[in-house]
Amino acid sequence: MTERLTPFLWILFSLGGTIAAFLFPVHLFLGGLAFPLGWLDAPSYEALRGLVQHPVVRLYLFVVISLPLFHWAHRFRYTLYDGLQLYHLTVLIAVLCYGAALVGTAVAAYTLWNLA
Amino acid sequence: MPPTIALDVIRYRPERNEEPSFQTYEVPFRDDWVVLDALNYIKDWLDGSLSFRWSCRMGVCGSCGMMVNGQPKLTCAAYLSDHQPGPIRVEPLNYFPIVRDLVVDITEFLRKLTKVKPWIIRDQVWPVEEGEYRQTPAQLDTYRQFSQCINCMLCYAACPIVGLEPEFVGPAAIALAQRYNLDSRDEAAKQRLKILSDHAGIWGCTFVGECTQVCPKHVDPAGAIQQFKLTGALDALKSLLLPWGTR
Repeated sequence: MTERLTPFLWILFSLGGTIAAFLFPVHLFLGGLAFPLGWLDAPSYEALRGLVQHPVVRLYLFVVISLPLFHWAHRFRYTLYDGLQLYHLTVLIAVLCYGAALVGTAVAAYTLWNLA
Repeated sequence: MPPTIALDVIRYRPERNEEPSFQTYEVPFRDDWVVLDALNYIKDWLDGSLSFRWSCRMGVCGSCGMMVNGQPKLTCAAYLSDHQPGPIRVEPLNYFPIVRDLVVDITEFLRKLTKVKPWIIRDQVWPVEEGEYRQTPAQLDTYRQFSQCINCMLCYAACPIVGLEPEFVGPAAIALAQRYNLDSRDEAAKQRLKILSDHAGIWGCTFVGECTQVCPKHVDPAGAIQQFKLTGALDALKSLLLPWGTR
């Protein structure tokens, strides 16, 4: 079963890794440095609120939140499995890791969908 | 007195020793000497019973791979001067059974290597009169890097998955499979994908990347495995979306 799922989990892992590597630095730079240090004018709450009204922005946020969660799940699963060598817990570890990513994805979808 | 440097070398003579243990040798220190020169000095002048593999002394044959201070290295390219002041720890390659002293048993490695069918396979072989299978420089460039492997097995000694999962086919063999997959003359990529699409194959790799770090020929096995995974993942996706079209 896990053997057949592996390629799909790996696709989510690699997509999530690519997104985290390319897009997170942009967000970290803007939200963590440029706005608080005044290099750029920070957008107002209302402006951001208006921005997330657009469905494309919501879709973007969904992708940026969900896929890196699967990247984390896959990486953390193997950290526990190989790093701590918890071979007898392999199924439990997989369920907990990918389960957490699924829950995070569901919460993100629910929140973004219901944003007024 | 001319300078010397100490080498702590693993000795294991199965007829005499229960367990491998270190023996220390003091050898002359010379700027232009590599660890292999020091081992040959030991063999010639200090202890003729020391066993180790070597041949070309120039990073081509791939037979003198050992652990030097815990790192997998070709001993013909590991300078004594880079490991001053010593002692330099010389051990057989990690994760391989020891036959004797620094000589390891490579039977399993050879089995894994042949398992991936690393040779050109064609559906139809042309008769010799038809001439050679031509290839453009661009076609050659797609796999040339992966064809530089000298089977030195440093990547196996560096890969933690090889240590944890004895069945894992390993970096060099997968890179070699990818080398033939990318060869325009070959037509067996599907066969190799079938052989390697499991946890003993490409999916066993967790992209630690140490194989690429230690490769003395810059083959980048980790890159080859990730390319292979992408092919495998797209193939799995295709057979899910078009279950009738891929077989």
